[in-house]
Amino acid sequence: MNALIPMYIIVPLGAAFITVILGRWLASIGKYLLNFSLLYLTGLTFYLIIYAPQTLVYRVGGFADAGGIPIAIFLVLDGFTKILLLIISLIGLMVAFYSISYTKQYTGEDKFYALFCLMLAGMFGVVIAGDIFNLYVFLEIASIASYALVAFGIEKQQLEATFKYQVLGGVSSLFILTGIGFIYWTTGTLNLADIATQLPEAGFFNIFVSVLLIGGFGLKAALFPFHSWLPDAHSSAPSPISAMLSGVLIKAVGVYVIIRLFFNIFQLNYEIAMAITVLGTLSMIIGVLLAVGQWDFKRLLAYHSISQMGYVIIGVGIGLLVLTRGGSEKVAILAITGGIFHMLNHSVFKALLFLNAGAVEYRTGTRDLKRLGGLAEKMPVTAGSSFIASMAISGIPPFNGFFSKVIIIIAAIQAGYYWLALFAVIVSVITLASFTKVQKYAFHGELHSKYKDVKEVPFSMAFSMTLLALICLVTSLLIIPGVRGAILQPAVDALLETARYSITVIGI
Amino acid sequence: MILFILCLILFLIGLYGVMVQRNLVKIIIGLAIMEYSVILFLVLIGYISGGTVPIISESFENVLYVDPLPQAMVLTAIVIGLATKGLMLSVAIRLYKKYGTFDIRQMNTLKG
Repeated sequence: MNALIPMYIIVPLGAAFITVILGRWLASIGKYLLNFSLLYLTGLTFYLIIYAPQTLVYRVGGFADAGGIPIAIFLVLDGFTKILLLIISLIGLMVAFYSISYTKQYTGEDKFYALFCLMLAGMFGVVIAGDIFNLYVFLEIASIASYALVAFGIEKQQLEATFKYQVLGGVSSLFILTGIGFIYWTTGTLNLADIATQLPEAGFFNIFVSVLLIGGFGLKAALFPFHSWLPDAHSSAPSPISAMLSGVLIKAVGVYVIIRLFFNIFQLNYEIAMAITVLGTLSMIIGVLLAVGQWDFKRLLAYHSISQMGYVIIGVGIGLLVLTRGGSEKVAILAITGGIFHMLNHSVFKALLFLNAGAVEYRTGTRDLKRLGGLAEKMPVTAGSSFIASMAISGIPPFNGFFSKVIIIIAAIQAGYYWLALFAVIVSVITLASFTKVQKYAFHGELHSKYKDVKEVPFSMAFSMTLLALICLVTSLLIIPGVRGAILQPAVDALLETARYSITVIGI
Repeated sequence: MILFILCLILFLIGLYGVMVQRNLVKIIIGLAIMEYSVILFLVLIGYISGGTVPIISESFENVLYVDPLPQAMVLTAIVIGLATKGLMLSVAIRLYKKYGTFDIRQMNTLKG
């Protein structure tokens, strides 16, 4: 079963190169390769979740340890990784199927699919990489592919957004590389599990490297002071790419790495845990406040992404704080479960909302909410699925967003952070108000005479939106203990026993 | 020690370029300078004073080698840098065709 792990990198990377080589003669090969490879990887992920509950380790090249030092390149697949693999492959599959109709408006479709495959390979690589330099390389693969995809329409707006994204992304990569340099300098190793055992006790050095890495990965995750690129890039990109960037990329290359580093690699540290929680709270509040005044459909969604990632960060941040203070383990479990659950939920409903925005733009040609209206009768599938997604993001039961938000709020109260719980509730209410506006202006109200002949979107787009809306309902089932035990519990366990990562991976 | 300080100064020069310059090409040059300073830093980490080239051969036994791993990292970082700079410059050329200028102050279609 260990030999299946490299498939996550080989399959999308191979699909990308085959698409580039054969795309000149077989223009439509890209969409089939992408869809089938994602179908395979989604199946593989479910198979691994059900039949391989233990941690899997694969050594590229099969090098054995030399004198007790792990010299092979490790690929590691533990409970927390599996959640991310599930998010990437499932959302990726839905978005890839949606793209079949959507990309007909572009020339050079094969290049779109090749870049999409490269981005997927990069994200899968970041998630399963077992050493920090490979993580950096895969992160750059994902980033470069996403820079190119944001600019895919080559309009003024898209080029400008991609330039801003590239400059900030480039600076963040350099911070990460410097951090990796410092880590290698002190520990003499790049293997994540080995770093965890070699890092010195908490002190100035740990704080310094942590700040460099929070700066770098925080920029990739669009945490509060580093968020300025996200609304531009995510609103200008083609809609399927916006869904991938907002739904998957900021989690796989940003939030995942922050969580992995500060739970499993660095020693728990109160100041850093506090800093992460404060950044999460600020992004949650400021993101939603900036979103309220937006009239561009996709820009509004992009600001909400910043705010919702704040929820994820405060969930795991409370978990970190409770663990460092040596508080009740139950509260820590609750908080981390809430954070990871919200990450899964956010990827589903935010991807769906961006696909809805794309469907509206596909038929009407505009994203300006003031100029839309009354589309519910013309586009029932889009309107219905966007209603479900809006309710899910604002935390209305029985949709998935409600349960994860409630878990985070209960954890905040139990841990004694009453202000945090209050802020989370207030932000949720403002989110509801903001999405009521979207529903009212885009789908209800008077139909503009210009849009009398608007039709429902083609089958592939409608089908993936319906399926994602169903997943919004199905993921609520994760709250049931039996289902939670199979998917969420291994992830929480992997983070909770912070030292177990290095023990299981390199066997010390 | 002086080398590390020079590295930091180079990094700050690049950062100044990225933050202050208003010309697209100069911003890209600033980013490139930052990247070179990080690359120099990585090379310095691996250097052991008095060490030789890390090529093992039988006639050189008990010789002090410099650490080869940062050098491998540097090669990868240079290749990644090439890809990002190439993409950035091509976007800059496209932007020049759209706006007729490299001045970032005149590119303001995105607001809010």
